[in-house]
This record gives sequence, structure tokens and C-alpha cells, in this order.
Amino acid sequence: MSALGVVGGVVQPVLIVAGSPLLVGLMRQVRARLEGRAGAGAGQPWRDLRKLLRKERIAPRGTSEVFRFAPLVLVATTLVVAVVVPFIATESALDPVADLFAVVALLALGAVALALAGLDTGTAFGGMGASREMTILALVEPTLLVAIFALSVRVGSTNLGAIVSSTLHDPARVISPASLLAAVALIVVIVAETGRIPVDNPSTHLELTMVHEAMVLEYAGPDLALVELASAMRLSVFLGLLANLFAPWGIATEATPLAVLIGVLALVVKVGVLGGLLAAAEVFVAKLRLFRVPELLAGSFLLALLAVAASFFLV
Amino acid sequence: MNLSATGMAAAVAVGLVTALLAVIRARTAVIGAGTALTGAAAVFAGAAALAGGSFSLVLPGVLPLSGVALTLDPLGGLFVAVTGGVAVATGIYAVSYADTPDLRARGVQVALPVFVVAMVLVPAAANVATLLVCWELMALASLVLVVAEHRRGPQVASAGRWYAVMTHLGFMSVLIGLMVFVAHAPDDSFTALREAGRHLSPAVAGVVFVAALAGFGSKAGIVPLHAWLPRAHPEAPSHVSALMSAAMVNLGVYGLVRVGVDLLGGGAAWWWLLVLALGALSAVYGILQAAMSSDLKRLLGQSTTENMGLVLIGVGAAGLFASFGDHTLAALALTAALLHVVGHAAFKTLLFLAAGSVLHATGSRDLDALGGLRPVMPVTTAAFGLGALAASALPPGTAFVSEWLLLQALIHGLPAGGVTAAIAMPVAVAAVALTAGLAVATFVKAFGVGFLARPRSDAASNAHESPFTMLAGMGVAAVVCVVLALWPAGILPAVQAAAGGVAVSGDVTLRLDQATGALSPLLLTLGLVAAVIVVAGVVRAVVARRVRREARLWDCGGGPMSARMEYTATSFAEPLQRVFDDVVQPELDVDVSHHQESRYLVQAVEYRRKMPDRIERRLYRPVLSVITAWGEAGRVLAPGSVHRYLGYGFYAVCGVLILLAVTR
Repeated sequence: MSALGVVGGVVQPVLIVAGSPLLVGLMRQVRARLEGRAGAGAGQPWRDLRKLLRKERIAPRGTSEVFRFAPLVLVATTLVVAVVVPFIATESALDPVADLFAVVALLALGAVALALAGLDTGTAFGGMGASREMTILALVEPTLLVAIFALSVRVGSTNLGAIVSSTLHDPARVISPASLLAAVALIVVIVAETGRIPVDNPSTHLELTMVHEAMVLEYAGPDLALVELASAMRLSVFLGLLANLFAPWGIATEATPLAVLIGVLALVVKVGVLGGLLAAAEVFVAKLRLFRVPELLAGSFLLALLAVAASFFLV
Repeated sequence: MNLSATGMAAAVAVGLVTALLAVIRARTAVIGAGTALTGAAAVFAGAAALAGGSFSLVLPGVLPLSGVALTLDPLGGLFVAVTGGVAVATGIYAVSYADTPDLRARGVQVALPVFVVAMVLVPAAANVATLLVCWELMALASLVLVVAEHRRGPQVASAGRWYAVMTHLGFMSVLIGLMVFVAHAPDDSFTALREAGRHLSPAVAGVVFVAALAGFGSKAGIVPLHAWLPRAHPEAPSHVSALMSAAMVNLGVYGLVRVGVDLLGGGAAWWWLLVLALGALSAVYGILQAAMSSDLKRLLGQSTTENMGLVLIGVGAAGLFASFGDHTLAALALTAALLHVVGHAAFKTLLFLAAGSVLHATGSRDLDALGGLRPVMPVTTAAFGLGALAASALPPGTAFVSEWLLLQALIHGLPAGGVTAAIAMPVAVAAVALTAGLAVATFVKAFGVGFLARPRSDAASNAHESPFTMLAGMGVAAVVCVVLALWPAGILPAVQAAAGGVAVSGDVTLRLDQATGALSPLLLTLGLVAAVIVVAGVVRAVVARRVRREARLWDCGGGPMSARMEYTATSFAEPLQRVFDDVVQPELDVDVSHHQESRYLVQAVEYRRKMPDRIERRLYRPVLSVITAWGEAGRVLAPGSVHRYLGYGFYAVCGVLILLAVTR
């Protein structure tokens, strides 16, 4: 474990935890302004979290430990990802965990914990949300793994540090067809995984369309705060991953304060810009019907497959 | 006599003595304990063989023509050890589980240790005759066990018939393949075959391989020869299901690796592409069926097809890489496949034993009637939860490590083999990924609907925890699952010895030898646990009020919700069923009856969904109907007249005599 890795492992989780509600606030603000509303300001999610944390803890009748532990597991998986993925420094605190497959599987573990919690409540909403979430997760997986495949071909490894360093040393590869196709496929996957429009609408509570919100309907108080924080963190983590896989510039390669500061600023700017773009795009699209989502994902799967083909045939 | 020979001798001796003890009154306990001891001896023998202590033994007089020949090399040793491990857990479990009137019958009790002994001997066979005899003994013993509970209903006998017919067709296929092979060798010992395998013409080798693939593949439950598996595995008593699903199917993989890789020495790329394609098809189709299933044990059986498919993807990739000349990568793929065999044996034992525990307590396997088992069966719930985590390729689970290795092998195989690999590898990765995703959905369904929430039937609400020995059997499997998940490096040397090449090294962290790639399941788990503790600590420090208040579920103001309002396994799988509508083609039947006064008032809605196996309908039904038609036609020849039958005999003898007179 190098000094750079330790710095990254300490600074990244702090930055993600502190910054992700702000990212969500920023995205809501962008949406509000584009829709002609004033908006509540970027700090609103933090104020919501503070309010929720002060409330009483609730245990809905008939739920088991699964329901109680799910928010912890959800936050913990995202936290581990925030520690190990090279967001601000090229070296990872836990290099043997900084594998793209492991990171993706960890994030899936969080989603599974929440789905089980949804089923554990025994309500129709909980089951519905869990069922839909698992369907989307199952369909996203092929795209995700084939896109990872396309990205790893040029490096010969799925280690995140290796992929990021390789892109840093050879920036021209970013605009190769394989890389661009994989990027588009990954964007669709990230939209699906983080529950954004057009796959899921994070601000709806309409039973016909809810996915994520249906699963967490029984949570209240501090538990809900954890769930909200975790979903904000997942969004930041996915956007950060996207940014650093395709545009890792600015990331710290040595453990000097200046390099780390630049790394932090670069990540904040990249994720902020991506989040802003995502929010702006959301204004212009409607949510898809649940049963049209597979078509979207099939399209992105095709792009990922083309990306692998391109990485092999167009070198 | 070295350690592995001692272990094998002990396993066979204990197993057969145990079988003889079935006459005594307290047979259930004796047979269970004896089976567990047989398993322990087999684990010992397998471990000794994996550590390098192989042995050979020839007993010429025991079987006519070629005699019995036994040997234990690392590949066989791995499968012997896995079988033994499964037998230990199931033997302990059977002490209480098999104590029912149906299962106490002597014939059934005798079959259990005989089945285990036969399974232990199959990977130790050193000539074709021994292999086939043990193979058939294994099939017969398991058949007795499958139909043990035939009083439960006609579906058990039907499952038994399917199993009997398909296992014997598979046996014939293996027999034909190996006989063709033996015809080109001086005798039927594996040493002679290994020598002869190098000089076989590609056509003959191809015939041998395809016949062996069909025979061994059907034992492994590979699509399209899987039809017996989702019938026989759920209908068998649960400890037998565990033995069949976790140990017996592995021997199909063993046979394929033994014949294809060892005896035939690799072979053409198309063989392994075929294996890879069948593996991918089985994995996706198996898990898709499991995702739709609402029968707990059937779901587990279908998931066995899926896992054997994943193993075959690894075996196929290994053969493909070897045919391209990349032996390190081939070793990596085969290591991944064999590690998955071991991991699958551990978690499928655990899952089937837990499902048996549920069946024991509630009498139901129907997920739509279960639920709410967490408060009444905490240990079984924990066991199934652990098994489900291990089976769904999520960290920190057992299958996650082997699937990670498999994906690494597939990814690094892209540059190795030109255009073939460039097309096969991405498709294989996509198949593995889709399988992994659907497996997650399947096991979330099985665990979430089957064990959590509120009970959906009286049987589920009146359930009780199982007796100690059943829990102990599950405990053994659970410990193995945890060890495999956290410290796979512990058995990696053994698996690599069986795979015949070293491609991964490391202790806490697994590192690929020929590429940059590393994974540490232990560090990952520790990180996760640390993160949970940190988050819990921070929340505890921050929140104002720590005591949880119990509250009503949100019921839209409509009063307390009944269990009928819960999501069931069928409704959970509905979105997936709609997405894969074209593949599974379910038969839906919705009947809406209206009130007489007004068509707008619905009186009742009846919804029926059947999920027939589409491959089975397309592939088996035509064959079965042809056979039936043939039988019907044949009945014209047999009207029941004795004179006519005498006439047939007379003409047949005359015909043979004329034929002999003409040809000699």
C-alpha cells in the first residue's frame, strides 16, 4: 500500500460522502431552472438528511434483521467502492479489490440488500420494487460486463488502476471507436443502475412507475437517511467511474498536496459536469414504460458487443 | 499401500459394511453415520491423491474380460474429495431426515451408501469396464433413491421413469463412444487409451468425443439433455437431491474432462466450441427456467443445469485455448471450471439441505405458499441465505471467485485465438453475465419470498426448526462455503493440480500469473465488514433517538394487510417472464367472470400460468410421439393369437437358416 493509495483511500470516501448529496442538489437545481422553477438550492439534500437523522427510528411490524441491516450494507458497499476505486489518485488503497468486476459486483450486492429489504416488508409495493429492480439488474449485467471487457482489452487487465494509468499514458485511445462505443453503453447502464430517467424516476411515488422508491417505501428517519445518502453516493460513484475510465486527466499520480488537491478538484468538476448534463438531458426525455426498458438495454448491449468487436478488429 | 489407497479402501469398506447394516432396527442413524464416514474417508483419499500420493490397483479376477482397475490421479482425486465432502454433510443430515416411514425402508437405506461408494469409485476407475460398471451402479442406486417416496404421488414415478430412460440412453452413448475408442487400442485400460488417443484419426476421435459429450453431458444436465434433471432432483428425498445435484452431476464433467482432455489429448477446436456453446446455452436456459420457477427444489435443480453450464463454459474455453497452444490460459480456464465445481458442490448441498429442512417443517416446496420462516426457522433461514449468497456470484460468495476467474480467462482469451476467439469470447462473457444477473434475481426471489416477509399459508406459519443432526449437516456445508468464499487460495493448489497447470497464485490475494489481475476475497470481505461497522457506529453517534418504535406497515389506510397482498414468487418473476416471453413461451390463462347485473362488476379473476419447458416440447415430444406411434403400429402384429406367435418364431428361424446358408 503506497502513500498515494492511503491518501486516496482516506480522501475519496470523505469527498464522496460529503459531496454526493450536493451533487444530487445540483442536479435538482439544474432541472428546476430548466423547468422554470426557482429550486431549493444545492444544499437541500443535506438539510433533508439532517432532518431525517433527527427523527425517531421505526421498525415496521413483521420485518426482520434483513430490513434493518439493508441500509447499512447499501452504504457500506458504496463506501468500499469509494475507497478502492481510483477517483483522485491512480493508486488504490486496496489494490486487490480495485477490480472492475469486483466493484460492479459490490454495487450489485448493495442493490440486492435493498431488494431483500423490500421483500421483507411483505407489502405489495416492496415486492413490486424488488421485482422490478432485480429485473433491471439482471438485464444490465451483460451490457456492463461486455463493456468492461471492451475497456480491458486494450490494457490486458480489469484492474482499475491499470486501466486509468493506461489511458493517462495514451490519451489517443479515448477517441478510438471501441472506447466511444463502450462509453455510450456504459452511460445507458449507469442511467439504469442509478435509477434515473428514462429507466426510473427518482422523484415519483406513482405505483405504476416506481422502482427504487417502491422498495424503500417503509423506511423512515435515520434508515431513510442512509438509503438516500447511499443512492446519492452510488450516483456519484458511477459518474466518477465513468469520468475516470474515459477522461482520467487531473488525477493525482504522486502523493504531493498539490497533486491531490488538483485530483480532488478535477473529480468534482468532472462529476459535476456529468451530473449537470444528465440532469439537463432528463428534462427532455420522458420515463420509459418498464417493459420498454429491455429494448433500451438491448441496444446498449449491442453497442458494448460492437465495442469488443471494434477493439479486436480495428487495432 | 499409500494414503490415498488406504482412504479409498476405507471408503469402499465402510460404505459396503454400512449397506449391510441396513438390516438392523436403528438403521437410519447407522446408515447416516456410515455414509458420513464413507465420505470422510473419500475426502481423505482425494486429498492424499491431490497431494501427490496417487496409486494404481488391478484386480483381474473381479470382473470378466478386463478386471477391475483403479487408480487415483489428481483429477480423479478432486472429484473423489468433492463427492466425499457432499456425502459427509448429507450423511449427517440423513440421520434425522431419513427417519420417515418411506425412507426407513431397507432397500432405500441400502441404496444410500451404495450410491456414495459408486460415485467415489467412478473417478477412480482406470479402465473402461470399471468406469462403466460403477457408472451403472451409480445410476441404479440413485434411481432407487429417486423413487423412494413414490407414495407421495404419481409425479415421483414419472420422474423416476424419465430419469431411468435418460440415464440409460446417456449410458449407451458413453458405451458406444468408449467402445469405438477401445477398438483402436490394445486393451481398455486408460493408459492404453491415452497412447491410442494420440494416433486416432480426427473423424474417429470426433465420433468418440461427441458420443462421450452426449452421454456425460446428459448426466451433467446439459441442455438439451437436461429434461430429467428438473424432474428427478426435486422429487428425490432432499439429502439425495443434494447428493445428485452437488456430487453426481459433477461426474459428467469429470467424464468429459477425462475423455476429452486426458485420453483424447485435446483435439480439434470445434469440439471445444461445441462444449462452450452448450455450456452457454445451458447456463442461460437453466437459470431462466429457475427464475420463472416457483417450486423451491425445482428451482435448485434448474440452477444445477445453470452451474454445470458455467463449468462447461470453462472446460470449453480451456480446450479451445489448448487447441490454440496457449496452455497457461487453458489452465486458468480449467482451474476456474474446477473451482466452480467445488464451490457449486458446497453451496448446492447447503441449499438442498436447507430446502429439505423447509420441506420437513412445512411439507411444501411451493414458494407461493411459504414465507415468514425467519422467526420460526432461524438457522435454516441463515443457511439458505448463505447458500443463496454463495450461489449468486456476489461478493463475498463462493461462486463469485470462480466466476471472476472464468471471466478473466475469457477476457484474456481474446488475443489468443484469432477471429474464432474474437466472436466466441464476447458472447461467452455476455452469457456468463446474463446468467449471473438472472441468478441474482432467482436467489433474491427464493430467499426473499420463501423465507422473509409474512407466512403465506398455515403450514408456513406453523413451521418449526429442524432437529440437530439436520442443522449439523447444513452447518458442515455452510462452513465449507464460507471457507471457499473467503480463502479460495486454500484449495487452489489442489484444483490446479487437478487442472494440470498453474495459472493463479497467491495466498490472501489471488494473482493471475500471465496477466495483471488480482482479487482478494478476504480483504474485500474485511473491508465490507469494517465499512458496515463504521457506518453503524456513525449512525449510532449521530441519531438522536436510538430506540426503535414498532409501527404498522403502510397500508394505504386500508386496514392491516393480509398475506394474500404480498408479492409471490410468481408475481416476482412476472417482469422477467414478460421480458423473455419469446424464449420461455409461457401458457397463460386468465378467466374473468362478471356479475350478472353488470359486465363492469368483476366477480372473480382466475389466473393460471404454466411454464412448459420449450426445448423439451420441441425436442422430446416429437420423438416420444414417434415412439408411441411405432408402438401402436407394432400392436397390429400382436393380436394375441398363439398360433401367430408360433408362426413368427418358425419364419424367423427359417429366415436365419436361409441367411446362414446363403452367406456361409
